[in-house]
Amino acid sequence: MVLFLIASGLSLIFGVTRVVNFAHGSFYMLAAYVAYTLTAALPLGAASFYVAVGLAALFLGLLGAAVEMALLRRVYRAPELYQLLLTFALVLVASDFVKLVWGSENKTGPMAPGLAGAVRIAGQLVPTYDLALIVLGPAVAAGLWWVFYRTRWGVLIRAATQDREMVALLGVDQARLFTGVFALGSLLAGLAGALQIPRQALTTVMDAAIITEAFVVVVVGGMGSVPGALLAAVVIGVIDAFGVLVLPRATLVLTFVVMAIVLVTRPWGLLGRPEAQARSAGAAIAGAHAVTVPRLVVAALVALLVAVPPLLPTFYVWVLVEILAFALFAASLHLLMGSAGMVSFGHAAAFGIGAYGAALLVRWANAPMPVAFLGAPVAAGLAAIIIGFFCVRLSSIYFAMLTLAFAQIAYAVAHQWYDVTGGDNGLLGIWPARAVASPVRYYYVALVACGAGLALLAAIGRAPFGLTLRAARDHARRAEAVGIDVRAHQWLAFIVAGVFGGLAGGTFVFLKGSVFPESLAVPVSVEPLVMVLLGGIHSLAGAPLGAALYKLLDTVVTRYTEYWQLVLGTILVVLVLAFPRGILGVLGARARD
Amino acid sequence: MPRRSIALLLVTALVVIAAPSVAQAPIRIGEINSFSGIGAPFTGPYRQAIEMVVDEINAKGGVLGRRIEVLFRDDKGQPAEAVKHAQELVAAEKVSLISGTFLSNVGLAVSDWAKQNNTLFVAAEPLTEAITWSKGHDHVFRVRPNTYEQGRMLAEKAGRMKYTKWATIGPNYEYGKRAWETFRDRLKDLKPDVQVVGEHWPTLGKLEAGPFVTAILSQNPDALYVSLFGSDWIAFVREAKKRGLFDKMFVVGILLGEPEYIDPLGLEAPEGMLVTGYPWYDIAIPAHKEFVARFTKRNDKNPVLGSLVGYVTYLSIFEALRKAGSTDTDKLVAAFRGLKVETPIGPISYRASDGQSTMGAWVGTTRLDAKRGVGIMVNHEYVPGEKVLPSDDEVKKLRSGS
Repeated sequence: MVLFLIASGLSLIFGVTRVVNFAHGSFYMLAAYVAYTLTAALPLGAASFYVAVGLAALFLGLLGAAVEMALLRRVYRAPELYQLLLTFALVLVASDFVKLVWGSENKTGPMAPGLAGAVRIAGQLVPTYDLALIVLGPAVAAGLWWVFYRTRWGVLIRAATQDREMVALLGVDQARLFTGVFALGSLLAGLAGALQIPRQALTTVMDAAIITEAFVVVVVGGMGSVPGALLAAVVIGVIDAFGVLVLPRATLVLTFVVMAIVLVTRPWGLLGRPEAQARSAGAAIAGAHAVTVPRLVVAALVALLVAVPPLLPTFYVWVLVEILAFALFAASLHLLMGSAGMVSFGHAAAFGIGAYGAALLVRWANAPMPVAFLGAPVAAGLAAIIIGFFCVRLSSIYFAMLTLAFAQIAYAVAHQWYDVTGGDNGLLGIWPARAVASPVRYYYVALVACGAGLALLAAIGRAPFGLTLRAARDHARRAEAVGIDVRAHQWLAFIVAGVFGGLAGGTFVFLKGSVFPESLAVPVSVEPLVMVLLGGIHSLAGAPLGAALYKLLDTVVTRYTEYWQLVLGTILVVLVLAFPRGILGVLGARARD
Repeated sequence: MPRRSIALLLVTALVVIAAPSVAQAPIRIGEINSFSGIGAPFTGPYRQAIEMVVDEINAKGGVLGRRIEVLFRDDKGQPAEAVKHAQELVAAEKVSLISGTFLSNVGLAVSDWAKQNNTLFVAAEPLTEAITWSKGHDHVFRVRPNTYEQGRMLAEKAGRMKYTKWATIGPNYEYGKRAWETFRDRLKDLKPDVQVVGEHWPTLGKLEAGPFVTAILSQNPDALYVSLFGSDWIAFVREAKKRGLFDKMFVVGILLGEPEYIDPLGLEAPEGMLVTGYPWYDIAIPAHKEFVARFTKRNDKNPVLGSLVGYVTYLSIFEALRKAGSTDTDKLVAAFRGLKVETPIGPISYRASDGQSTMGAWVGTTRLDAKRGVGIMVNHEYVPGEKVLPSDDEVKKLRSGS
């Protein structure tokens, strides 16, 4: 039921404001810590806990409103996805904030007074607190139903969920509506977090543990649908409970398999409905000027990349290889996000499957390095054919979440198939051939591979194929009307992106010498998203720029401070506010003015 | 130049001449660990102990007449990130060796990088056996007793008890799996009629405990072997207590007597469990008492196992530097082979065959200490590594398997 509370808040925020709020999990975590401290501090005896839960939820509601007004509001005019970047930065800041204030030790919260015991039902002891939550969930759902169907504000929210532009046209003050929704959503996350403390330990990673699950519940239930979230939370709770008995080793992946099945059969979730217009998440990019980088700049950069590295200290050569790999990785995602308007939350699948493809060839086929290296894009391309087949039939957040589901399934396979992939202990000893083993030589291998990849991606973007993708992105129905097979083009784009993502993964694996399931995990999907947005989604050149900037910042900040999340997060917030359309986007607009 | 400055210069020059150690460049050690994320609760006290031991050695003039300087890097729980730090520390910062790591896969990634780049790696905390055995090599040494050793210590005790119907619950990754297998195999050696009625593998860090507790209860075992830890263990204890699990079966917990895991539970810690751990409050060795006093004074909190491991790791590194008489990698590797180190818990050594230290662990039973408000270990016994480690011949077989 706690899952329902957090998911309903997330669903609400997404449904109305379209903000993919990664920070929702952080709000949940903050509330748990606030309630923990308040319970100990309030002089109210047994009532302390309940008062603390209420106060923590209210506090988070206020915090949500403050974040919306102070930060998110500033970037509403930017492409929708920039709010995602902002919330990602908040996740980093919140994580270190908790560490600074409460320390990193695990904490055990108070029990709920009066509900600490258990009652016997059908021969089994059931904790009374769980029963209370089972009652509370539907009660909150009923309360939300009353708000949505019996108040004017609720009617506006429902209307905005279905067609936000229409509501704005009718003269509704969007700013106030958004603030209100954000406050309510955050309050629900806060309530969920505070109610969790009698059941779970407080940790600095409890945000990451819940956020993906919450997103799963949201899309399985149907975006913006509170009854859907309730149903999905129950379904996933039941499957988790019984799945552990039937398939004890499948716990990693069960929920994602369920989500994949639901989305393949019901593309809008269990209780969601098709959007009024088929708007892809990238539609907000439509109409903006593409930013072109002068050829002279590109030529100068290439000359620098060829000439300078032998003069650099070894460590910076290694950093450059990493940047090259991520530049290509981000650029391959840009083909999907920017040109095709398909935002993927699971692009790690391409990267990781590429890395594993190369590593497995070395490990099991004793393949020489060049063969294994080229095996990476092939493996990722083959996987993209299958994954793409299912994913391109969906749009917007449902597409994103299905890609995430496949990436998670790939993660689970890599994690569990000990005999082949080495499980979580990974595959070791994947080093470059002797002839190119020195850092500078391997750098040139990476430069050729990633440079060629980037050049090809740029050519694809300019080719009729790339322009067709853009047409389909800007208006799918018109594109279809002129005879374009939109789905086939999107599928092909998915495969191409997979191939280049795989090449990036192959470059990466020979840099690190080993591969682990982590290369398929959520953070690897989020990083290229951040890079593309940071650099500027309007231009392919934004991806390598964002990659270089992000990796350099990360390398420098991590080196000098223990609180790298706080520093990096703050820098990202500032960058988003200063460059609300990405660095190239803003610079390009300035150049035109 | 004013006269005072000249005097100052002279004094400085004198000091420099009198203490050549100050003039020499410090010995640098690269420390990579999971200082953020899931490892943070354990690596914080570990780091504090390192800072303490480094201050102590530098106050005594350092090692080989040179100061010790430790560069800390956060691997964020990511093997690839750890490799990047290894590259940076060795290539840019010119460290003499790398130490640390908490998670097993991070340890393996750094170990493989060290092998490829002829760098010495002293793995402090990762528990996977693979580090010193199946993926072992000349350049890696490990401080803490591994999963196999700890599982075996518990089996030696549990195999002499009456329980025959066993179940297990542990995190769904190599550690959980091996923690159970090593325990189960030894248990069956000692007690052939042992029968396994259930195995449960929740995802690490995401335990929804209720369903698992119900499932274990329905299988009705006499005893339960737990390899959960951290937040999963806390969540499990809460749900298990409410459902009366600890009254119905005997529970064995690997690592769960370590202060890292038992302290956060406060008075909710289950009593009567058989655990491996670290009873710092109850170790009579004078050197250890001093260690506890110094750590508590400096950090205003008691040490945890991570503190002891950090302290022992760096004592070992200092000793190896002294024995090698140099920071040359080949000489350091040779020095670590068979190295003997005096630690607060007595002498340990690093085996020449596999680089595993003989540091052991304590096996005991949990009980509540109402005065301090936490669970403690009683009737504990220190089991040195030698007692449970495989022989050199067996190690050879384990290593050739890779």
